[in-house]
Amino acid sequence: MKYLCLIYADETAWQKVPKAEAEKWLGEYFAFGDDIRKSGHYVGSNALQSTNTATTVRVRNGKLSTTDGPFVETKEQLGGYYLIEAKDLNDAIQVAARIPGARHGAVEVRPVREYQRP
Amino acid sequence: MSEDAAERVREMVDAVYRAESRRVLATLIRLLGDFDLAEEALHDAFTAAVERWPDDGVPANPRAWLVSTGRFKAIDQLRRRARFDASLASLADRLGDGVTPAPDVDDDAVEDDRLRLIFTCCHPALPPDARVALTLREVCGLTTEEIARAFLTAPPTLAQRIVRAKGKIRDAGIPYQVPGRTDLPERLDTVLQVVYLVFNEGYSASAGAAVTRPDLSAEAIRLGRLLVELLPDPEVLGLLALMLLHDARRAARTSRDGEIVLLDDQDRSLWDRGQIAEGVALVERALAARRAGPYVLQAAIAAVHAEAATPAATDWAEIVGLYDVLLRLAPSPVVELNRAAAVAMRDGPQAGLSAVDAILARGELGEYHLAHSARGELLRRLGRRDEAIAAYRRALALAAQDPERRLLEKRLHGL
Repeated sequence: MKYLCLIYADETAWQKVPKAEAEKWLGEYFAFGDDIRKSGHYVGSNALQSTNTATTVRVRNGKLSTTDGPFVETKEQLGGYYLIEAKDLNDAIQVAARIPGARHGAVEVRPVREYQRP
Repeated sequence: MSEDAAERVREMVDAVYRAESRRVLATLIRLLGDFDLAEEALHDAFTAAVERWPDDGVPANPRAWLVSTGRFKAIDQLRRRARFDASLASLADRLGDGVTPAPDVDDDAVEDDRLRLIFTCCHPALPPDARVALTLREVCGLTTEEIARAFLTAPPTLAQRIVRAKGKIRDAGIPYQVPGRTDLPERLDTVLQVVYLVFNEGYSASAGAAVTRPDLSAEAIRLGRLLVELLPDPEVLGLLALMLLHDARRAARTSRDGEIVLLDDQDRSLWDRGQIAEGVALVERALAARRAGPYVLQAAIAAVHAEAATPAATDWAEIVGLYDVLLRLAPSPVVELNRAAAVAMRDGPQAGLSAVDAILARGELGEYHLAHSARGELLRRLGRRDEAIAAYRRALALAAQDPERRLLEKRLHGL
């Protein structure tokens, strides 16, 4: 099964982290990425720019509206994701627990729903 | 066949249902990979038993017969449905391809299935109330109506909770497996929480029809016994011991008119000695493992109380020592409050009062009525009447449960 691991954390705290600390974190993310490529869990991943770069788009009655900022304002923001292939939820939880962000923020594990083309 | 013989077979099917239906279900879930399909298969297998056993005789191994009959019925069912939903055809083929070896129904495999079922029903990815409902439904075999009545919930609400939980097990890919060694302690903790929650719901009969609630405690004790049989970890032994020791005092805990009787005032001849002996033996077995967890320690404390012939004969030093270990392991202001009460018994009311005041001074438990009633009791023993009255009044203002309120009022009147 495929699972999307969404990493939520307080991005303002991240912006205040000293440079050396930030580099250490990045190193941990790269090491984690290598690990799950080796174990065959990795499908894809990306880190996101902070929410002040976000734009929310809606189309109503054919009319486009754009607003600045994220869809919802929350204390912890979506900062990145891993798409993984796991045997089952227990396997996915084990992988998610190793994402460095799980230690200061939270990781939401969502099974991917696959639709078949009719 | 004579009416008598048919009646005997029906009774036999009933007995097999009571003894084996949960085991058969647990194995069918493993073989079929789906709760609903397995429940249907279980039902079909027993229907077939009622039809066929009177003529064919009761099979030598009823459990194996039920499992393979249920499995074939499920495959048939899937094939029939596959005419409308092509995706089921491959599933039916996979389950019934003839290459798959005969289902494993020896005792070890079946006991593993029961454990798988427990861990799946208590998976931390399910909401806590759903874990309780699912465990009582699937592991204990209670009906949705029985569970709803016990938890004072409307049956449709409870049924919905179970449907959603099964949906999550399927869609989120919660596996049917006993956790590995690394996550076993955390996962076992979730299972024990469910069992203890069921027990407490039955033990503190604060609301509802009083008769249904002891049933919940009995169900929790049955679950505890099953777990001890399947996975005799010290904490599992500890939880069963704790439940047995608490439950042993049930008859003495309330007076004939339903009022609370505190430990000190209980008629100890009403305590269930057999259950106490069993609980104490479990505590000793768990302590011998030399890695006592919170359940073992709480059970050990309950055991010291249970073994004292009178309140005065209680080994308070031992109890304080056990609370000290428990606090190091699982710090909690409520445990600290209980420790303070034990200190008062060991070193006198002044020492106990200082301990209670220290907890309250930290701002914790300020809204907890038992902290204030404990304080009131200690002040009363010290002869500080006015302060005792104020403390009991504060407790009364915070207490929500009727029998507890009546007890506090009685104490206030006694001053």
